Amino acid sequence: MNKQEALVDYVLRLGDNSLIAGHRLSEWCSKGPFLEEDIAMTNIALDYVGASRILLTYAATEEGKGRTEDDLAYFRTHDKFKNALLVEQPNGDFAVTIAKQFYYSIFNYLLYTELQKSKDETLAGFATKALKEVTYHVRHVNEWVLRLGDGTEESHARLQKGIDDLWKYTNDLFATTEGDKLLQAEGIIPDVPALKSKWLEMIAEVLQRATLTMPDVNAFQQKGSREGKRTEHLSYILGEMQSIARAYPGAKW
Amino acid sequence: MAAESQFPLWEVFVQAKSGTPHKHAGSVHGADKEMALQNARDLYSRRNEGTNIWVIPAAMITASSPEDQGAFFEPANDKAYRHPTFYVIPEGVKFI
Repeated sequence: MNKQEALVDYVLRLGDNSLIAGHRLSEWCSKGPFLEEDIAMTNIALDYVGASRILLTYAATEEGKGRTEDDLAYFRTHDKFKNALLVEQPNGDFAVTIAKQFYYSIFNYLLYTELQKSKDETLAGFATKALKEVTYHVRHVNEWVLRLGDGTEESHARLQKGIDDLWKYTNDLFATTEGDKLLQAEGIIPDVPALKSKWLEMIAEVLQRATLTMPDVNAFQQKGSREGKRTEHLSYILGEMQSIARAYPGAKW
Repeated sequence: MAAESQFPLWEVFVQAKSGTPHKHAGSVHGADKEMALQNARDLYSRRNEGTNIWVIPAAMITASSPEDQGAFFEPANDKAYRHPTFYVIPEGVKFI
């Protein structure tokens, strides 16, 4: 893998994370627990989709095969997606979605903070813009973790279950490839696994304030998203997300 | 959703530009002030409307009632001398 292929692969990783997380969150549209939160979640979904457009466009340009952001979003099969396993997991109840957003938002916050220093100007510019959005996502989700964790017996139990059930997908957020090491040596991307200790610290701090129990850091972890291994859920997402574009190729709306 | 299952109501005031007064924009539901503030941000600043937001519990606002209109406001109708319109405003003074 040369540097350019590594860059395309990594940018797809970030773009697919945003696209799939955005699609998952958009599934809440009109089903939120109350009107204001429904709008808050779809706002965040739009932030993600906006980020994915920038990233997929950049990946398509760097790839240089004449593909567009839409080709990448709508005409790749599940085995070509690079997103982390966490973001494709089902929404579950509201507490499960909050647990997922909690893990993912704090990861994004730490990643984008470092990515701002990238020697790749496009990525650095993207990170600076996206960090403002992500800072809000963290603030929004942290409040919900505190509110549900330190809320009623039921809200506490549901969020604890979400926190526990999704834990096995968190390590995969930090997965790297040989290509990543190449990019890291060039100062294009940060040392992603090195973000883990700060991530654990931030997660533990909020969970503790929310009276929730931190999962066992040594528990079993799923892996493989960078090597094309997926959970069963991604195909269903793509089935829904890609069906119109595949039924009517080139359609405009 | 039944009204009684909703969170408390908050009134939202948005400042369009720094230095200008906060204007009433509408209301939101929220369980606490941080949730109310975030909901107000999501509902009333989506299209670049603001630089600052206040949220105030709707229950904390005391309002005059429509029946008070006569006693409250009509006595001012014939007191034009209370308006500062008898002064000449020097040239170049803004925001008066």
